[in-house]
Amino acid sequence: MIEILQAFLWFAAISAVIGIILAFASKIFYVKTDERIEKITEYLPGANCGGCGFAGCSALACAIVAGQAPVNACNGCSDENVKCISEIMGLSEDIKTVRMRAQVMCSGTNDLAKKKYIYDGVSDCVAANRLSGGDKLCPNGCIGLGTCADACKFDAISVINGVAAIDYEKCRACGACVKACPKNLIKLVPETTPFWVGCMSADKGAVTRTYCDAGCIGCKLCEKNCEAGAITVTDNVARIDYTKCTGCGKCESICPRKVIWSAYKKTTVEDAVVPVISK
Amino acid sequence: MNFFAILSIMITAILAENYIFSKFLGCCPFLGLSENPSNALGMGCAVTFVMTLSSLITSLINEYILVKFNLEYLQTIAFILIIASLVQLIEMFLKKSVPSLYSALGIYLPLITTNCAILGASLLCVQNDYNPFISAVYGFASGIGFTLAIIIFAGVREKVAFADVPKSFKGFPIALVTAGLLAMSFAGFSGITI
Repeated sequence: MIEILQAFLWFAAISAVIGIILAFASKIFYVKTDERIEKITEYLPGANCGGCGFAGCSALACAIVAGQAPVNACNGCSDENVKCISEIMGLSEDIKTVRMRAQVMCSGTNDLAKKKYIYDGVSDCVAANRLSGGDKLCPNGCIGLGTCADACKFDAISVINGVAAIDYEKCRACGACVKACPKNLIKLVPETTPFWVGCMSADKGAVTRTYCDAGCIGCKLCEKNCEAGAITVTDNVARIDYTKCTGCGKCESICPRKVIWSAYKKTTVEDAVVPVISK
Repeated sequence: MNFFAILSIMITAILAENYIFSKFLGCCPFLGLSENPSNALGMGCAVTFVMTLSSLITSLINEYILVKFNLEYLQTIAFILIIASLVQLIEMFLKKSVPSLYSALGIYLPLITTNCAILGASLLCVQNDYNPFISAVYGFASGIGFTLAIIIFAGVREKVAFADVPKSFKGFPIALVTAGLLAMSFAGFSGITI
């Protein structure tokens, strides 16, 4: 009994001494950290997505305070939060942020795109892509097994009817899906972009027609009719220069294949999916 | 204890009884932080630093408290307590006084709190009946041995990264094979008795 008591008392004594030393040391060696770092971290989303190029949200906060990153470096920050951060940093002028969002450049849903075989393997786009580029006939078509959805940290991507669709409300443009897609079908576009071309098929029109009922055939109707001159057809597929686009909507109405989509009308996941296309 | 005895303890600790290659202690940081030589050097310095201090202090505590009151059976738990708080103290001290060293050591310092090599050094000092001074020397030499091993290993791994390794061996498997080959070469020192 006395041994147990002795051991207990000695350990209590050692621990108490160590505790007191550490308590004093923490006072003596106290290092003042910049309180702005903590405040800015509160205004950042806290998802640590790494989209800004720093290791995480607190690392970005350190960089902002050190002046190594602009106050609007985070793409996931709302305008109010950017304003708060710039106030903490003592910046008065309004900071305009060009917010981005991810966009899947494919419209080939299961009912529109033709398949060359039935894929019955691992549910992963990278794996399916190794089997002669996925089950869709189109070499640039969305495989639709959701590798991008798995990569998304914000739960913004869901695969609907064979094509990945992005919820613009949830998207923070971190770029994780862009890296994950084996077909390079996901692009970051300005969030306010009214229109985009939902196809990346670089094959000739006649060939694209055989792949898919929702493919750009490169007919140049949009290019000719765009008053702002924002659309060019290169490699048999229309591309929109987002800096020039005025959002008149002429291209959307004129496209014979209905592959130019409007983001204004389709803001939720269900809407973003291609509805019925009149054949 | 004369100079040659101390020298023999040091050389034995660095080469013949290298912590990684013959005792197999501290393998976790050895594999985890040997991607490049500069990181490996940082980890090696941190381990050497903490090992020297912890061997000295645990040996003092052992001699003047644990042995005196017949509490030797509590060595392991007492040493863990002391090492953990020692690392804390060193971290606070460095943060205040030597911020450059603190940021250079970075994450490695808290990582070695629970490193088995540090505890192993303390326990072996007690087993071999070293006095506090010899314990500190032994801890320092063991740390140098660890640093030597991890830097050699990091250098080899850097070369291996460019080599055409079979796919199934890429990454950790080839690192483990490399570590095994290095351990074999260090086994050559094991016959040395000074």
